[in-house]
Amino acid sequence: MNYVPKPTVHHPSLRRNALGLTRRDYEGAVTTLCAGCGHDSVTAAIIQAFWDLDIEPYRVAKLSGIGCSSKTPAYFLREAHGFNGVHGRMPAIATGAGAANRDLILIGISGDGDSLSIGLGQLCHAMRRNVNLLYVLENNGVYGLTKGQFSASADPGSTSKRGEVNTMNSIDSVLLALSLGATFVARGFSGDKAQLVPILKAGLMHDGLAFIDVISPCVTFNDHEGSTKGYAYTREHQIELVQADFVPEFREITTEYEPGAARSVVLHDGSTLSLRKVGEDYDPTDRDRAYAHIREHQLAGEVVTGLLYISPESMDMMEHSEAIAGPIYNHPFENLCPGSAELEKLQLRFR
Amino acid sequence: MSCGVNEFAFKIGTPNGTGSASANSLIMQTIFRMGIPVTGKNLFPSNIQGLPTWYEIRVNKNGYTARTPVFDLIIAMNSATYREDVAEVRSGGWLLYDSSWPLDENLLREDLHYIGVPLSDMCNEAFKGVRERILMKNIAYAGALAALLGMDTEIIRGLTKEKYSKKASLLDSNDRAIDIGFNYAKENFACPLPIRLETMDATKDSILIDGNTSASLGCVYAGATVGAWYPITPSTSMMEGFKGFCQKYRRDPETKKNRYVILQAEDELAAIGMVIGASWAGARAFTPTSGPGISLMNELLGLAYYAEIPAVVFDVQRTGPSTGMPTRTQQGDLLSCAYASHGDTKHICLYPCDPREAFEFAVAAFDLAERFQTPVLVLTDLDIGMNDWMIPKLTWDDNYRPDRGKVLSAEELESVKGFSRYLDVDGDGIPYRSLPGVHPKGAYFTRGSGHNKFGAYTEDAEEYQEVLDRIARKILGACKAVPPPVIKRRPGAKLGLVTVGGCHAACLEALDLLAGDGMPLDYMRIRGLPFGDDVREFLEEHDTNYVVEQNRDGQLRSLLMLETVVPRSKMESVRSYAGFPMSAQDVMAGVQANTKVTA
Repeated sequence: MNYVPKPTVHHPSLRRNALGLTRRDYEGAVTTLCAGCGHDSVTAAIIQAFWDLDIEPYRVAKLSGIGCSSKTPAYFLREAHGFNGVHGRMPAIATGAGAANRDLILIGISGDGDSLSIGLGQLCHAMRRNVNLLYVLENNGVYGLTKGQFSASADPGSTSKRGEVNTMNSIDSVLLALSLGATFVARGFSGDKAQLVPILKAGLMHDGLAFIDVISPCVTFNDHEGSTKGYAYTREHQIELVQADFVPEFREITTEYEPGAARSVVLHDGSTLSLRKVGEDYDPTDRDRAYAHIREHQLAGEVVTGLLYISPESMDMMEHSEAIAGPIYNHPFENLCPGSAELEKLQLRFR
Repeated sequence: MSCGVNEFAFKIGTPNGTGSASANSLIMQTIFRMGIPVTGKNLFPSNIQGLPTWYEIRVNKNGYTARTPVFDLIIAMNSATYREDVAEVRSGGWLLYDSSWPLDENLLREDLHYIGVPLSDMCNEAFKGVRERILMKNIAYAGALAALLGMDTEIIRGLTKEKYSKKASLLDSNDRAIDIGFNYAKENFACPLPIRLETMDATKDSILIDGNTSASLGCVYAGATVGAWYPITPSTSMMEGFKGFCQKYRRDPETKKNRYVILQAEDELAAIGMVIGASWAGARAFTPTSGPGISLMNELLGLAYYAEIPAVVFDVQRTGPSTGMPTRTQQGDLLSCAYASHGDTKHICLYPCDPREAFEFAVAAFDLAERFQTPVLVLTDLDIGMNDWMIPKLTWDDNYRPDRGKVLSAEELESVKGFSRYLDVDGDGIPYRSLPGVHPKGAYFTRGSGHNKFGAYTEDAEEYQEVLDRIARKILGACKAVPPPVIKRRPGAKLGLVTVGGCHAACLEALDLLAGDGMPLDYMRIRGLPFGDDVREFLEEHDTNYVVEQNRDGQLRSLLMLETVVPRSKMESVRSYAGFPMSAQDVMAGVQANTKVTA
């Protein structure tokens, strides 16, 4: 974790965003992950996404559970509060933080062990509640920190580094999310930053839980022949389905699309999400067809990526709770405590 | 047991799910409004419909409110439990039964008075519909009791009127049912019985309330804004109480939006996780649970302890181990709460003795949790949590302001040179904390993994130990902030009696009885962990301390041994742990048995 702080003195010619910050200002400590780890690429994409969106880092709370992926919040946004909790329980902690302060921008980083085994229940229920949280599952099909056991996302027929064959079915997080009613479901690949950054940006602006499963190869334990979560396999079998382009409200749309090729989804705050279909007839707001489509490709051994589903009518946890606007944690005590006169009155009920 | 005017006990046996609760509370409230001290204990099954349930009512002019195991009268409304109900009436006592059917001959005891009231027959005649007949049969036995015990009928009428003011037909049915029972008893028996009620003036400054309700009210008054929970008996009614009070007091008048968030979690792991997340982000957050929930929360309680995050947990204890008897009471979690989680952990615990302290300690728990940046566990039990207790009215000081602890504001963060999360700046072991979303200089990385005083990850032996030792000092420092023990001395006492929580009522009564028998005892009731010097000193002062508690293994005694230097030889264990609230008889028997052994 963050043994080594990065230098904060930058080259004067680095590009600055609307806040006058460079991408360096969105970095964290030096990574301690293996060289070539997919997670570091995801971290870079996250840094890019926050920088692009001109988000002040301190407004963000970054949370994680336990595992290699859960170390990564230390590597981005040094000016944001981080919370590396216990294994599989990041969603509950994020849920509480979001309840206390709905203005926090929450990002949760998890892995396939953290989310699909020990924390499967919490993932499901965070989706059900639609916590306003960008949930990034860095999926490598393997337990890295304990040196190479299959995870629940390991595909049937794939082999471990030691040559064991996984005979059990995998839990596919994207299909799970779709079937649970998640309001934003995407799959990316750590090796495809151009695709991942816009998805992350769209996810940050989504009102509710934005679930992004990122195939993020483990170079040490799951990047061999026989692995279905390695770089080579993913590059070969990836099919990009929907390219997302996130356009904040105040920016002009500069990207040009072929007429009819793009469809726009207007988000809560008025920003626009442009979804460009790549060569297929695909409706990213049709949950059932999305599910069928992904499943079809999966059976053919293909990995479908992109922003696969988005619900334009998402209602997040705090809307379900009918809570007041703004943070509740510092609401004036006078408005919370009914006082002595009321206590006296109330107790007539108990006589 | 003496019995007579304003000093007797009776119990009502019914199948659960038949709606006897409203009849029983009508009886309780009437006695209470007659100014006579009264307590009720509901003994119910872990079931929704059909299994036996009993409601015990003790009337005591001297104000003794503990459970009594001796019954002068039993109202046997459940034929499935006739045999045990008949057997349990004291010799010379009364048995009221539904004489619509003849009583089996071998249920007749020569030393009892039988009061047969044809409740079913009369209600079948007077009411239509199966459900109404069943419900009104309960109200009818209340009516019969009103005559037999000399209850004030004006008060009964007043209560039904208050309760059914908006449902005229229900009011009419209830009043008719009362008359049916009342008139039958009046016409057929010598009313009132020798055990009877006479108006007193001993309850006007009191209320009847259960501890889950009062604790939830404490959370509202303390300014808690986030409640997370997973339903579990016997704590469930606490969150229902919180929700009810919040709907009344926490709606923004303009926007109609809520000034609270209640999260019904998927399990207790998630519930405590949510509390930790909310507290980390600055809210006063809590979760009510029971023993099985505490077991599940262990890992996260350790996280909150080590990462120094406030959390308030209410453990409404029930019998363990495992699922145990979910609807019976016990104090079986004293040790598992004190040291919850792996590694070196020790938690601040509070032990209310009744619903009044449940209210007060709920407020104190939030102050302590935020002041010491650590979990605080408030241990009540099913008896305190779910039964109606007669307690002095709750009071509130409008000058109270929450102690939010050492939290740095944006302005303070702006002006400090540097911020390190776990530095002992003030020498009291309590570091300063910052909240997310407030200021860039407040940022730090919260972690349950090894960390140094600057908040950075460490595997360095000295750095790790420095933080762990400071936390130990911090928690120890809380001994002066938790509620001190209640100590009551008697002249001439050489021995001590020590207890915790809901045993209080039984102990007070037993102390009076023992003193009457020529055995005066000094008394100490523990109210908080960590213990202060006063606890050790009391134990040291007495050659023998009887430690009274409701669990098999003498957990309070173990805690006293572990957390003071007092040896085991100075402590004799008095226990009752079969699931019923403790009685004075339990305490007396335990003390006397131990006295014989040691004498």
